Amino acid sequence: MIVRLATDTPYLLDPENWTDSAVTSIPELIGTHLLYTALALVIAAAIAIPVGLFIGHTGRLAFVAINAGNVGRSLPTLGLISFLVVLIGGGLFPALIALVILAIPPILTSTYAGLRAVDPAAVDAARGMGMRELQTVFTVEVPMALPLMMSGLRNAALQVVATATVAAYVGLGGLGRLLVDGLALNQYDRVVAGAVLVAALAILIDLLAELLQRVVVSPGVSGRAVTRRARVAHPSPLTEVSSGTAA
Amino acid sequence: MITFDGVSKVFPDGTVAVDDLHLELPTGKITVFVGPSGCGKTTSLRMINRMVEPTSGEILIDGVPVTTQDEALLRRGIGYVIQHAGLFPHRTIVENIGTVQRLTGVGRKAARATAIDLLRRVGLSESLADKYPVQLSGGQQQRVGVARALAADPPVMLMDEPFSAVDPIVREGLQAEFLRLQAELGKTIAFVTHDIDEAIKLGDMVAVFREGGHLAQFGSPQELLEKPANDFVADFVGRDRGFRSLSFDSADELVIDSVASVSTGGEILVLDDAGRPVGWAGPGLGDTSAPIPHGGTFTRGDSLRLVTDLAISSPVGIAVQVDVDGAAVGVIRHTSLVRQLDERRRRRAEPTA
Ligand SMILES: Nc1ncnc2c1ncn2[C@@H]1O[C@H](COP(=O)(O)OP(=O)(O)OP(=O)(O)O)[C@@H](O)[C@H]1O
Ligand SMILES: [Mg+2]
Repeated sequence: MIVRLATDTPYLLDPENWTDSAVTSIPELIGTHLLYTALALVIAAAIAIPVGLFIGHTGRLAFVAINAGNVGRSLPTLGLISFLVVLIGGGLFPALIALVILAIPPILTSTYAGLRAVDPAAVDAARGMGMRELQTVFTVEVPMALPLMMSGLRNAALQVVATATVAAYVGLGGLGRLLVDGLALNQYDRVVAGAVLVAALAILIDLLAELLQRVVVSPGVSGRAVTRRARVAHPSPLTEVSSGTAA
Repeated sequence: MITFDGVSKVFPDGTVAVDDLHLELPTGKITVFVGPSGCGKTTSLRMINRMVEPTSGEILIDGVPVTTQDEALLRRGIGYVIQHAGLFPHRTIVENIGTVQRLTGVGRKAARATAIDLLRRVGLSESLADKYPVQLSGGQQQRVGVARALAADPPVMLMDEPFSAVDPIVREGLQAEFLRLQAELGKTIAFVTHDIDEAIKLGDMVAVFREGGHLAQFGSPQELLEKPANDFVADFVGRDRGFRSLSFDSADELVIDSVASVSTGGEILVLDDAGRPVGWAGPGLGDTSAPIPHGGTFTRGDSLRLVTDLAISSPVGIAVQVDVDGAAVGVIRHTSLVRQLDERRRRRAEPTA
């Protein structure tokens, strides 16, 4: 590693740090960081969503979903990683497992809460129309629970993207490198670069999630249909009756 | 035909919701379940499509026990209108209506075409097709609920207080449409309400439930009004049941007086050039050039109830009969009407006396 002398150009704005072909170049670090984040989120969602759906739909084991949130908030991720490294050795796994464990509670809790909040009349209607259990879950409960589920996913994404920096402490890549190396080298502009980039990434991910939410959540549930109602002149009850009896 | 054969339902907490119910709902007719809150109407209804399983007894549709059929398939074959509509908020109106059709494998386009056709049949504008339930009024939502139950054209329909969440004017419109639709479709319908007037108006047969899930009486609306089985039914159908029972008799057998006979009382029935009544004039009333409105007329085939109401509410106590063109053909005074109603009552009492 080259020890740099303090220059006038801050680390973040130095073109060399962006174009460098080394693994420590900024685009490279961002890519790795996003990869960790995405991997952790996908794995966490693959575990937490089915479990949350099961608990929310059946109402069984509800204490798991409720307590998961509290446990998740109180676990120190760095401590967890160190423990896992001791337990299973270095590499990607300890960091990934820690991030997955961090992401599960918000997704699990919000999936459960989302399903619990579904109007029981709609579920009753679904059964009454002749939907089978899984059809009820996926075509009625999930679409109605989506706003809450999405907010859980967003929370998880933000936490993971910020916490993925710890990967650097166990010798892995990602934007945490800038923090760890910057601190080690007393290069505070490098530390600042790391912090700024993580924050920017978090904002970007949140914006994308917001867009995704708009696409996947039905306007009938998100409330966007209601604001549209104000613009459409809806008939008064009187015209309704006359149009009805005339038909 | 839907048969309740000794059906009881006791919930796990010990509540007896339905107690040994024996009932036959005739094919192609509307059978209304009516009774005070908590007397087991909804539970009885929901046992038909197995949303609730009976504790004992059996329900058969055309002789086949419902328990022998796959739950989901049974329900797809029975239209179910849920209390307060129960629409899916995340689906558009046409998607809501097409629910059962889509479940049974009908394509999106075909389901949409049926849904739009049904929108019109229940008296809604096609422009609502792609809106969401939150964008509709309560009355519109209930119509969509009815359309959704009709979409797969099931022979049997269960309707749980389908018109309860709307104001009286809208409700009357919905009831009229419902009867018109049923005249067209001839479904076997079980209809729940806690409103005895609605039961009398819509039911071919009415089952009156009382607390504890007991059947208090099962009969035609006329039977309930004229021969209530016990005090509970008499009380439940209300104080003016005598007046309401007049709806079932036509006024055709009444002896009507000639239009000329009105002058004996000093009142003048003002007619226009075509002989149509305009209003009343005479001492204490309007001038012949500005008569006071007559408030309504009746024709052949109208009910005794209407004629009685006209006679009572007329400014001069006289109901006017008109022909198909609206020309006055006769009158009846409320004094004469009361005499004739009394004779009718005596005639009816004789065979049983
Ligand atoms: N799932 C349940 N568990 C326990 N008791 C129930 C359940 N569902 C209904 N009951 C009870 O059974 C009785 C009958 O209920 P039901 O819903 O059939 O009444 P209803 O006649 O439809 O009343 P309403 O006019 O208020 O709708 C009531 O006492 C009710 O509290
Ligand atoms: Mg009920």
